[in-house]
Amino acid sequence: MIKIWSMKKNEDAAAKKKPKTSAAQIRVQKDLTELDLPSTMQTYFPDPADLLNFNLTITPDEGMYKGGAFAFSFAINPNYPHDPPKVKCTQKIYHPNVDLEGNVCLNILREDWKPVLNLNSVMVGLQYLFLEPNADDPLNKDAATEMSKNRDTFLQHVKQSMRGNTIKGISYDSVLVH
Amino acid sequence: MISQSNGFATPHDWAGRYYHIDQILDASGPRTDPAFSAGDEVKDFLRNKAKILVIGAGGLGCEILANLALTGFKDIHVIDMDTIDISNLNRQFLFRQKDVGKPKAIVAAEFIMKRVPGVTVTPYFGKIQDKDEDYYMQFNLIICGLDSVEARRWINATLVNMVDGENPESLKPLIDGGTEGFKGQARVILPTITSCYECSLDMLNKQTAFPICTIANTPRLPEHCIEWASVLEWPRVHGEKKMDTDDPEHITWLYQTASKRAKEFNIEGVTWSLTQGVVKNIIPAIASTNAIIAASCCNEAFKIATSSAAYLNNYFMLIGTDGVYSYTFEHEKRADCPVCGGEAVDMSISSELPVEGLIDLLVEKQDIQIKKPSLSTANKQIYLQAPPQLEAATRPNLSKKVSELVPPGGEITVTASTLPFSLSLRITYT
Repeated sequence: MIKIWSMKKNEDAAAKKKPKTSAAQIRVQKDLTELDLPSTMQTYFPDPADLLNFNLTITPDEGMYKGGAFAFSFAINPNYPHDPPKVKCTQKIYHPNVDLEGNVCLNILREDWKPVLNLNSVMVGLQYLFLEPNADDPLNKDAATEMSKNRDTFLQHVKQSMRGNTIKGISYDSVLVH
Repeated sequence: MISQSNGFATPHDWAGRYYHIDQILDASGPRTDPAFSAGDEVKDFLRNKAKILVIGAGGLGCEILANLALTGFKDIHVIDMDTIDISNLNRQFLFRQKDVGKPKAIVAAEFIMKRVPGVTVTPYFGKIQDKDEDYYMQFNLIICGLDSVEARRWINATLVNMVDGENPESLKPLIDGGTEGFKGQARVILPTITSCYECSLDMLNKQTAFPICTIANTPRLPEHCIEWASVLEWPRVHGEKKMDTDDPEHITWLYQTASKRAKEFNIEGVTWSLTQGVVKNIIPAIASTNAIIAASCCNEAFKIATSSAAYLNNYFMLIGTDGVYSYTFEHEKRADCPVCGGEAVDMSISSELPVEGLIDLLVEKQDIQIKKPSLSTANKQIYLQAPPQLEAATRPNLSKKVSELVPPGGEITVTASTLPFSLSLRITYT
């Protein structure tokens, strides 16, 4: 065998040894402890010992979704940050970019995800969806069509849906802040 | 010309078996490493002592196993968690139609042993994660022919963690090969010495992912229909039941669901095998690219094991998509690599010191200057500065003694915004 160890010995950092904490785990710890969230966003950990599964509540303080509290679940797999976190809306809400199963259309959650992004970027991105819903990337087609064709009706639908009313036969969850 | 017996007659090395390889091993040249001990010693090491592990017995693995056996490695181990699929047979030449459904590692090992007398191939049918450090410690060298980023990250981190400053044997060179169509790469990783797999994670090609709204509303490609079936329809219809991409029934369900969708949008091209390819993220494999990459990996293994010639430093890439282009360069270590970067600091503290006191020590330490450190061990959090809920949940630990939470010699991972990535502390008590 080649004498690799002699190279090792010549290195200053010969004593380097890392704990068995996985890279994903450390990255999540780093991301979470360095979150810089506005007061409109709050995380909640059902099991505080499990950093890989948690919820986020967004309570927009401006825009058409003001007055609501929107809940998302985050699930991070061991291949983070190569893989993006899996994010779902846990309520049935009326939003052009969120479908009735809770799937979210946010580019950085899929096609534009990069390991340099972090949980903070994803959360800020989610909040942005409530300030500026985007009718060009629809997941709830009805909502998107309404938004681009008939803004007033759309705004009414948003208000009604947030109170837990039924729109076009679909009943939405009440998300009003108590 | 040296006459040769047919090899099946004797399990031992017959005259002239390694005539050509011995041309390299019998005499040192002006440029061979000073560590090279030409002649019997190196031959004895290669043929009787070296133990090499091959991870993956697929497209690259078949080539690697054949090459290693034919260059004179005699104690080869192979791990693979897959079974043989009919679509493998066009390039995974150790397998035949009768082997479909059998474990790749076992069939490959049997084939090599039958074909190359005197070679022992020990198979393990299962996951690399099933094995612990003691298992990996027995090898001199490890070659990977994998198709998964996750598995590569795991073995890389495991080998980096295994390096023990007191034990030279703990440093296991890792040779990693990978192909994608006409492109490929081979690299040599000397854990903790050269850049590691994690150091170059941001060089990876992005997996093709389509915007979810395109999948939901405006599919144009057969892939859009398949993603619709797997990303949106599967969870909607099956709820919590997890999709298993190795289960043919699941693939069939996805194929049928995608086909209906494709028909609705007048899209052609959804097939069963495309469905499997998309959901398993199968990248087209070309036998000859595998051959080139596997061959480079095995040459490096031979050179590292024998010291007979300089080995790859440290990254070879092959781009065959526009003519043939290859480039070899030294990929540098990243100081902020989460696996091999960062610093490890030995800290000797009083067994009475509370966590709070340790944090004060870290903040005061002039040479590292950590602000607001968060601390954890591999299996639990000690103290996290944020978010507020986790800070509150870990706050009671502040007054506990460090020695109650961390065994002597145990390690603490420290993260802080002022650190490039993380710092690890090896704790001993006075």
